Amino acid sequence: MTTTIRLQRETFDAGAEAAAIARGRTDVGAVVAFTGICRGEEDGQPIAALTLEHYPGMAEAEIARHVAEAQRRWPLLGVTVIHRFGRIEPGDNIVLVVTASSHRQAAFAAAEFLMDYLKTRAPFWKQVESAAGTVWVAAKETDDAAAERWTKSAGREAAE
Amino acid sequence: MRTLRLVYFAWVRERIGKAEEEVVPPASVGTVGDLMRWLAQRGEEYAHAFENPRVIRAAVDRSHARPDATIAGAREIAFFPPMTGG
Repeated sequence: MTTTIRLQRETFDAGAEAAAIARGRTDVGAVVAFTGICRGEEDGQPIAALTLEHYPGMAEAEIARHVAEAQRRWPLLGVTVIHRFGRIEPGDNIVLVVTASSHRQAAFAAAEFLMDYLKTRAPFWKQVESAAGTVWVAAKETDDAAAERWTKSAGREAAE
Repeated sequence: MRTLRLVYFAWVRERIGKAEEEVVPPASVGTVGDLMRWLAQRGEEYAHAFENPRVIRAAVDRSHARPDATIAGAREIAFFPPMTGG
């Protein structure tokens, strides 16, 4: 499997990354690309920007651990994860997950699994910048629940 | 005595007022939870950062660790709020 993990300040081209993962090979039958984008509002209030802080070294390692776990669960042919850090303005890309497999089910499921874990386990922290000042984003229980369901369904998937 | 490198992120970093430091905790500090309690009594800024230990997450040598995890042999320990990436 080809794995690409990049943490970077600059933006990325989601289309180019999705095309690259299947280029030159004929075993890929499905590519799923998820792009997370900075919204212009948070809790109903307009925002100027997000600033993402991360833990260099651990962020790459943690993402790699989850990519390896995704590879154990689904027959993947390629995974690309790109996560930006620094100041990001509304409309700009934040994160990209691309998964490639022979069939769509594995590609869809693995992309969702990786995003759920990036939200709750990858060492990144978002700070919102608005007219009212700057405030750290609080972790959402819904994100924890989304990551937790993969734990609960681990046995079922292994049996499938 | 062992020297530990501590790194802090997000509002934990802001409350403590530094991003990293080196400390030499006493031998009685054996777990991540012990280390948090020991740090909390080092000054007002630490007490503020660790006032609610349940919301603090930790990593030992760049892997997630629970409060009961040992710090024996650890070189770098990180403290930070729940993660909000993605």
